[in-house]
Amino acid sequence: MSILQIFQLLAEGMGVSIYIFVVTLLFSLPLGLLVSFGRMSKNPIVSGIFKIYISVMRGTPLMLQLMVVYFGPYYIFGIHVSNSYRIVAALIGFVINYAAYFAEIYRGGIQSMDRGQYEAAEVLGYSKSQTFFIIILPQVIKRILPPVTNEVITLVKDTSLAFTISVAEMFTTAKALASSQTSMMPFVAAAIFYYVFNFVVAYVMEFFEKKLSYYR
Amino acid sequence: MPILTCEKIKKSFGGTEVLKSISLEVEKGEILSIIGPSGSGKSTFLRCATGLERIDGGRIVYDGLVYADTKDGVPVYASKEEEKKIKALFGLVFQNFNLFPHFSVLENIMDAPVRVQKRDKNEVREEAEALLKKMGLTERKDAYPCELSGGQSQRVAIARALALNPQILFFDEPTSALDPELTGEVLKVIRSLSDLHIAMVIVTHEMAFAREISNEVIFMENGVIVEQGSPEKVFNSENERMKSFLGRYQEH
Repeated sequence: MSILQIFQLLAEGMGVSIYIFVVTLLFSLPLGLLVSFGRMSKNPIVSGIFKIYISVMRGTPLMLQLMVVYFGPYYIFGIHVSNSYRIVAALIGFVINYAAYFAEIYRGGIQSMDRGQYEAAEVLGYSKSQTFFIIILPQVIKRILPPVTNEVITLVKDTSLAFTISVAEMFTTAKALASSQTSMMPFVAAAIFYYVFNFVVAYVMEFFEKKLSYYR
Repeated sequence: MPILTCEKIKKSFGGTEVLKSISLEVEKGEILSIIGPSGSGKSTFLRCATGLERIDGGRIVYDGLVYADTKDGVPVYASKEEEKKIKALFGLVFQNFNLFPHFSVLENIMDAPVRVQKRDKNEVREEAEALLKKMGLTERKDAYPCELSGGQSQRVAIARALALNPQILFFDEPTSALDPELTGEVLKVIRSLSDLHIAMVIVTHEMAFAREISNEVIFMENGVIVEQGSPEKVFNSENERMKSFLGRYQEH
């Protein structure tokens, strides 16, 4: 079996991997911002809840979290889930896990902002939300781009963890193919896929960093 | 009616009383300088007057509008709407400029009038360009703050405050973060503002400047006003603390 044929067989799984990647980013980036607000809340109960949430998400394996989200409804609530829940469970698991990591990155960025920026905005009459979205957030984004790039690259590789709940993403298919063909080639194809994927991710993130390098 | 009236302003930080009942008035178009040693409460007073710090007691009135008052020993601030009106009356220039680094010079000046005051963009642009001309910064309008010298940054910050057409402008040690050779250009700009008939309250360590530009000078120490009056009166004061403070300045 040629590597080209293998890529053809893996194409559908690649689509699923990319789908998990895109949906996870789409939801976890904004959700992470909300979580960071919760974490920075002046109300000790609210900030405590979010602190625990972040601590659990970062302190336990993503693989385990995926299994809890997938099997939880049945074992905890006795709800029978359909087969299509698999991908939904994977997406939920990825989003809530990555939101926790992004929240801590946002928090670091927001807390590193100079108080003078808030004060200048306040004296100029900006409302609280204008101050955040017009003055603070654009600067925070520039600062957190490097750590966010790290997380995004990790996410590309983490999509392979969806195999634990048998989502037919690329790595799941590659593993099945490798055993049926008794060949290493599907793994080589998988490696190429992840590498190229991350090469593109790094390129895109670098583009954003350059775009924001017009100021210090 | 004075543009600003402060009565018995009190402010403490963690048990340390920084402002002990400060009262003063600023008339429209008046230039008031506040001098005094570091830690005397000058900057804290400006921060209280501009709402960056909440007072513990006293009363602040802008042009007849009550910004803060004390009822039963508790400070009460104006409603959100009132506050918005009052905040449009004053501007503040910071010691370390606090320009928005992601905005160009022109955007720094134009954004608040357009976004906050909802004014016409073209009209604001014309005004902003006129202000930049006055500041001698016409060629720098598309530069970013990181490309400016300290003196240029402070002049942009002054233009940004003026763009909102305040009736009173506060300066919190506007030249303290600048090299001596850049101090002159900023002081020159502040001096040139006197023909705009905007009231100015300037916290400064530039004694000669304070003496020359002010209608009134206040000398503060340990949270109280020690001496107050015309520049001639204050700088020739027989008050022992005032004399020793000025003496320390003449030494260097």
